Amino acid sequence: MNTGNSVNHHLFVRENKAVSFSDETLEKVRSLIRRYPEGRQKSALLPVLHIAQEELGGFLSVDTMDYVASLLNLNPIEVYEVATFYSMFYLDKMGKYVLEVCHTGPCAICGGEDVLQHIRDYLHIETGETTPDGMFTLKEVECLGACGNGPVMQVNTEFYEHMTARQVEKVIEDLRQKQGEEGTSKGWAEQFS
Amino acid sequence: MGRAILLDKVNIPGIRAFEVYREHGGYKPAGKALLGMTPAQVQQEVIKSGLRGRGGAGFPTGLKWSFLDRKSDKPRYLVCNADESEPGTFKDRYLMEKLPHLLIEGLILSSYALGVKTCYIYIRGEFKYLVGILETAIHEAKKNNYLGEKILGTDFSLEIYVHPGAGAYICGEETALLESLEGKRGNPRIKPPFPAYKGLYDCPTVVNNVETLATVTSIISMGGDAYSKLGIGKSTGTKLMSACGNINKPGVYEIEMGLPVEDFIYSEEYCGGIKNDRMLKAVIPGGSSVPILPADLILNTAKGQPRLLTYESLAEGEFISGSMLGSGGFIVFDENACIVRNTWNLTRFYRHESCGQCSPCREGTGWMEKILYRIEHGQGRMSDIDLLVRIAKNIEGNTICPLGDAAAWPVASAIRHFRKEFEEHIK
Amino acid sequence: MLKVTIDNILIEVEEGTTILQAARMIGGKVVPPAMCYYTSLKGSGGKCRSCLVKVAKGSAKDPRPIPKLVASCSTPVQDGMVVENTISAEVQEARKGVVEFLLINHPLDCPVCDQAGECDLQDLSYGFGMEETNTREPRREYPVVDIGPLIKLHMNRCIHCYRCVLAAEQLTKKRAHGMLYRGDTIEISTFIRTAIDSDFSGNMIDVCPVGALTDRSFRFKSRVWFLNPMDAHRECSHCSGKVAAWMFGNEIYRITGRKDTFGELEEFICNECRFEKKDISDWVIEGPRKIKRQSVISGNHYEQMKKGSIIHPIEGTTEPQE
Ligand SMILES: Cc1cc2nc3c(=O)[nH]c(=O)nc-3n(C[C@H](O)[C@H](O)[C@H](O)COP(=O)(O)O)c2cc1C
Ligand code: SF4
Ligand code: FES
Repeated sequence: MNTGNSVNHHLFVRENKAVSFSDETLEKVRSLIRRYPEGRQKSALLPVLHIAQEELGGFLSVDTMDYVASLLNLNPIEVYEVATFYSMFYLDKMGKYVLEVCHTGPCAICGGEDVLQHIRDYLHIETGETTPDGMFTLKEVECLGACGNGPVMQVNTEFYEHMTARQVEKVIEDLRQKQGEEGTSKGWAEQFS
Repeated sequence: MGRAILLDKVNIPGIRAFEVYREHGGYKPAGKALLGMTPAQVQQEVIKSGLRGRGGAGFPTGLKWSFLDRKSDKPRYLVCNADESEPGTFKDRYLMEKLPHLLIEGLILSSYALGVKTCYIYIRGEFKYLVGILETAIHEAKKNNYLGEKILGTDFSLEIYVHPGAGAYICGEETALLESLEGKRGNPRIKPPFPAYKGLYDCPTVVNNVETLATVTSIISMGGDAYSKLGIGKSTGTKLMSACGNINKPGVYEIEMGLPVEDFIYSEEYCGGIKNDRMLKAVIPGGSSVPILPADLILNTAKGQPRLLTYESLAEGEFISGSMLGSGGFIVFDENACIVRNTWNLTRFYRHESCGQCSPCREGTGWMEKILYRIEHGQGRMSDIDLLVRIAKNIEGNTICPLGDAAAWPVASAIRHFRKEFEEHIK
Repeated sequence: MLKVTIDNILIEVEEGTTILQAARMIGGKVVPPAMCYYTSLKGSGGKCRSCLVKVAKGSAKDPRPIPKLVASCSTPVQDGMVVENTISAEVQEARKGVVEFLLINHPLDCPVCDQAGECDLQDLSYGFGMEETNTREPRREYPVVDIGPLIKLHMNRCIHCYRCVLAAEQLTKKRAHGMLYRGDTIEISTFIRTAIDSDFSGNMIDVCPVGALTDRSFRFKSRVWFLNPMDAHRECSHCSGKVAAWMFGNEIYRITGRKDTFGELEEFICNECRFEKKDISDWVIEGPRKIKRQSVISGNHYEQMKKGSIIHPIEGTTEPQE
């Protein structure tokens, strides 16, 4: 987002489909709401949006956001305002794996920018793009709070540290192999006890 | 010098589990306080310890607690700031990952002192895996009656919940954090009122950093007086430093306040010297927001005294020749590092993280970033340098929250100490 | 009652009064400009930073100065406080900086902007800005959007004051209008379309200090200074029906709310009055509106203001100006 002068936010994606959580997830959402005082169910918005993004298609469509609004008894605009503020929420369809490479100072001086360039060359995509097979989306992100292990990359919120050109190739190939299999890391809903 | 107060148990296998933590003396301080001390006595120990906030500003914790509005009949809240997003800072993550129960115990002690019944840990969303680790620790503590109703048979009850953010550095600012915790955009609030009076849900609230709250456990364990004897002057105790950049051993180190910067950089116990035997060029000693210092000024103050890792020593010379301890994010640059590129990089960070509410920060960070981008990409003009200085000056102090200052200082200090490098980029 | 001195003028005000309100009671040059604060919109203010002032003395009890400049619109007066606005070089410098920040991404398209002539940003830059421009960076550009048939949004011109968002929140039942994204690419939600269902959405045009939200029914009709603003009223079941009718001869070009000396609406008006009643026979025309640029306490409709009174100007200072 350097010197660009024209602001072109992604238009929201409306899929016009009915979305809903599983009963099990709904129970989790209700228990999350209970963590906040009566009438403060809006507080559950960020955790619920995390779960929604993960379980309802990998990004927040207007349909999903409106659904979350109805669950928490909010005006849809209250959800749009929040969803567009936080960088972890995606407003557009993403690849199966989102490669988020840190490009902030500490990672940059340890080779983060080279890693980024290598991924671009290797996957033939630019930042923000998805490979034609829908497997990988490349994103540049700001400091991930792991600067001592830089360069750092997150793939679907899992940390990969001490990245080098060779390392990222390996990570990418391993992820390709895993295609179809579910990841081992716990989802958002499971994080909360 | 290596004095482990916070991290003394860090290498014990399985210490993340409740049982192991307790076997090694964990939850003794909590038992001692809840069964044998009044809340006021706990707070008194914290005051005596001289503990200062580890989140960046270094504000005395006991004093902050004493501001809490105790007359209000509304519920009070304690919020643990685990947003840790300041570039160069990664100590809280380490602490929570290795010793989750140390933090939980600190939260129990602090909540007891403050008369709090509900406590939230606001953790940055990127630390998703830590949400599970902390929730497990909370669950274990609850099973063992250190949380929940009538803790250890006393009248004290407490619930702790973990609340994830979703990618926004500004939510580390305490009022933005509270907005975010209420499910809103992370726009910092206009102060006054301060959180001690009107914080979460308009109720009296204390916000403290992870390391600050974990340290309360150590203070109750060893006593406030004993803690205050560690360190130098008003910089008491130990501090977690997260070291990164061009050094041999990046990582998190616990130091006793007062360790000379030179020892920290070159000793094998800590950073282990500059990578590839290069020369030291500059250091940002307290997270990306604090002024950068060139090698000579980070090792020694302008008066020729050795620079120490304390709040006071690092600030000596103010912004002419000093910096700040900040959050303890210690970023080291070797002779090959490009200060202009790094300044551009960090300014891009602040532009990206500005919430956009107030004019000087929203417009100023973007403007500085565009100019620095040009300079770094060979299209600078000599007049740009003074323009940058002027923009930074117009942002500093004129914004709603300190993010404006945090964006201005790196630019102003880089130009102050490395003006030649900027000029060479432009020529 | 609390005593506060602003630019050497002492005034007594009620507890809870902000520095800006106190300055407005004095009137004249000591009033700091306010681009985002709006008395009738709860939660407004603090954002644009054009009203920054220096507090040279915190209060009688704690006379220390406040180290940073403060936003006068959101800082309550303390008893014995001493405030410096026009007499502080630091404030003047900072304000110049704020004006510059507000302008670096502004398109400066006044020649084709319907707001020209009644634009707060024009006034602000004329009053407090610098002569030359220092930016050569490309300016931010957003597409122009129609928000339903009544309102046009030029996001390029927006100064992010949040007034329209607050108006939407406080005047309409179900808010559908908000601020999206963050940082220097925040934008007013174009989902505002649904807000137009509200009878009061047109007030967003009036609270907008610049030409970001404009009246589509008035687009390119006339420069405002060619029109005569007249006080007019009618029986209305939604609002008071008291408006300003902007006329050219016997023709009504547009209807707006009535604005006071500080550019704020005396009352919000409904969309029917604003958009649908453009015939002179719809209205009882009372007579020309008084447009006085620099006004003092006589500035009507500031309930709080009447409670204050200037005690005495301190020796050797300028009298408040009419
Ligand atoms: C832009 C900004 C970001 C901040 N980020 C953090 C953070 O990530 N973690 C933190 O503990 N404090 C952060 N702070 C400081 C907090 O506002 C607050 O001072 C701190 O949490 C208080 O805790 P302490 O007194 O224990 O240090 C930040 C401040 C600002 C202005
Ligand atoms: S200084 Fe920046 S981050 Fe802080 S309130 Fe203003 S715009 Fe938001
Ligand atoms: S700068 Fe990359 S993780 Fe901190």
